[in-house]
Amino acid sequence: MKTKQLLKYLRIDRWPTVWCPGCGNGIILKAFLEAVDQLKLKKDRIAVVSGIGCSSRATGYLDFNTMHTLHGRAIAFATGVKLARPEFKVIVMGGDGDLASIGGNHFIHACRRNIDLTVIVFNNMIYGMTGGQYSPTTPEEEYASTAPYGHIEKPFDIVKLALSAGATYVARATVYHYNLLVRYIKEAIEHKGVSVVDVISNCHTYFGRYNGMPEPYQMLEYFKTNSVTLQKAQTMSEEELEGKIVIGQFRKEEKPCYMDCYRELQKKAQGR
Amino acid sequence: MPKMVLMQGDEAAALGAIRAGCRFYAGYPITPASEIAEVMSRELPKVGGVFIQMEDEIASAAAIIGASLAGVKSMTATSGPGFSLMQEAIGYAVMTETPTVFVNVMRGGPSTGLPTKPSQGDIMQARWGTHGDHAIIALYPSSVQEIYKYIITAFNLAEKYRTPVVFLMDETLGHMRENFIMPSEREVFIYNRLREEQIKEEEVFLPYETEEYAEPTPQPLVEMGKARFHVSGLIHDEAGFPMANPDIADRLVRRLVEKIRLHADEISIYDEYMTEDAEVLIIAYGITARSAMRAVKIARNDRIKVGLFRPITIWPVPRTRLKELLSRVNSVIIAEMNLGQYAHEVLSLTKNDVRVKLVNKVNGELITPQEILDAVTELQSGIVGYY
Repeated sequence: MKTKQLLKYLRIDRWPTVWCPGCGNGIILKAFLEAVDQLKLKKDRIAVVSGIGCSSRATGYLDFNTMHTLHGRAIAFATGVKLARPEFKVIVMGGDGDLASIGGNHFIHACRRNIDLTVIVFNNMIYGMTGGQYSPTTPEEEYASTAPYGHIEKPFDIVKLALSAGATYVARATVYHYNLLVRYIKEAIEHKGVSVVDVISNCHTYFGRYNGMPEPYQMLEYFKTNSVTLQKAQTMSEEELEGKIVIGQFRKEEKPCYMDCYRELQKKAQGR
Repeated sequence: MPKMVLMQGDEAAALGAIRAGCRFYAGYPITPASEIAEVMSRELPKVGGVFIQMEDEIASAAAIIGASLAGVKSMTATSGPGFSLMQEAIGYAVMTETPTVFVNVMRGGPSTGLPTKPSQGDIMQARWGTHGDHAIIALYPSSVQEIYKYIITAFNLAEKYRTPVVFLMDETLGHMRENFIMPSEREVFIYNRLREEQIKEEEVFLPYETEEYAEPTPQPLVEMGKARFHVSGLIHDEAGFPMANPDIADRLVRRLVEKIRLHADEISIYDEYMTEDAEVLIIAYGITARSAMRAVKIARNDRIKVGLFRPITIWPVPRTRLKELLSRVNSVIIAEMNLGQYAHEVLSLTKNDVRVKLVNKVNGELITPQEILDAVTELQSGIVGYY
């Protein structure tokens, strides 16, 4: 799709972005806008809520109802927005540190409640804005500014976390797989209930530089060669899957969302 | 016919809030504030509102700010430990100028402290709990009737000044039951939010535009929708977008403080009893003011010229009137269930030749009228004489 067509969704006067040249955040943002365009959503009826971090600065560039909130709390703020204005499409954008570390509690509870939010995780496996510290998704043995001897912790798998917490739409793509990414984000926005899209993205500035991939293309190359589809992954052994990025749609199920249930509760309370 | 009702303090906070137009409540269980959540969970769905019990107090505070920005008047309630957790979000509400009400039913601290006992230990936390320079409005009623009345005021002030308002109570007030006459429609003023329909299509909405910086009054908040504004906890320009320019930063932080400081007289609510000829001024608030009131009555029977000043807006301090009274008396007693948090403010307004006596208690028990009378006796044994 021509980028020009998507400019109407951006606050061009707020550019340039704070992101490094070649950052994957721009790819995710474009995929999101393409999904919005395909769905023909009204700008007035979209609220985008972000936390703190590089990716969370996205809200400042988008011409929707936008909130740049507190570190880790985007989902909690978005919960308030959604319950106050159920007619809005409410999208949460944040990084892996924001959504899986400091905001991990809100993440799992939103999944459990099946509240009608779309959570897009800009997962670059590192804290970018603060200077490359390890995050809850940094793989074991990789390097970070606070892991100069190699990382010793097991990472969270955002997809598994979302699935076990009860999310009703879960998908993963990388910034290399742009078309897939558009499709998943589009499905996620359309989905009623909580939807999580884990997007593996490149922070070549920190993650890449510390781990032998200082150029954006090297990281994209890495995503290309190390990604396997869910279908293929199901035929592979645990050892074969070591270090692989499994991409695909992991769950899509229709269940009553929080607000549907609350409307029933309101009827009961009003004796209707 | 005036309608007499019997209500618990926590219940009055919840029902008063609904009367003020609150239609969203997010909270987390905590003694002695849990009853507010319980009443909200029962009553809000009846009026088409939403109650949600969040995963913690941090999420609760965030959710009410989100709901308020989206267009719905919102509130949460907690006690000391939860109030500590909410501080970062309170700062966000200050910075984004989001009308919100935070009820803190105070219990003994620090830390888990005395969960089932009253305290007034969060006076300074209400003022300075969140980081950075800011102003705040905090109200503290003294009876169940006042809880109902002033929680409505809290919502109105939040809307008018676009600020979080802290509504202080204490365990005793929260759990006590009193009857009062339900105010009629005519007696209740509600400040309403501008609706989305009230702004013109394509009108560029600058949510933080202020015409007069010397005397800033915030423009009303419009609910989310047509105007598509941006909010951020970063230093921002009038349109709400992050901006690290020193002039913009200076102007914003000063405006956030001035918009409340310069309107302190308008915001100030207080009560006085027999202050006209008082030589000894007792300053007390919340539940302690009721013991102080009793102490004044007893002392007056003994013809001691004692008066009571009761700030209801704890923050901003009703300085103008308080200063005036302090200039007329020879002694002042500040009674509070903490180790002198409000005394700190009062003393900054007191001349050197005024004798000062503090009555403080932090053992989870209420200050008695006798304890205040003892302070009066001590003071008047020196300066204050009988007629």
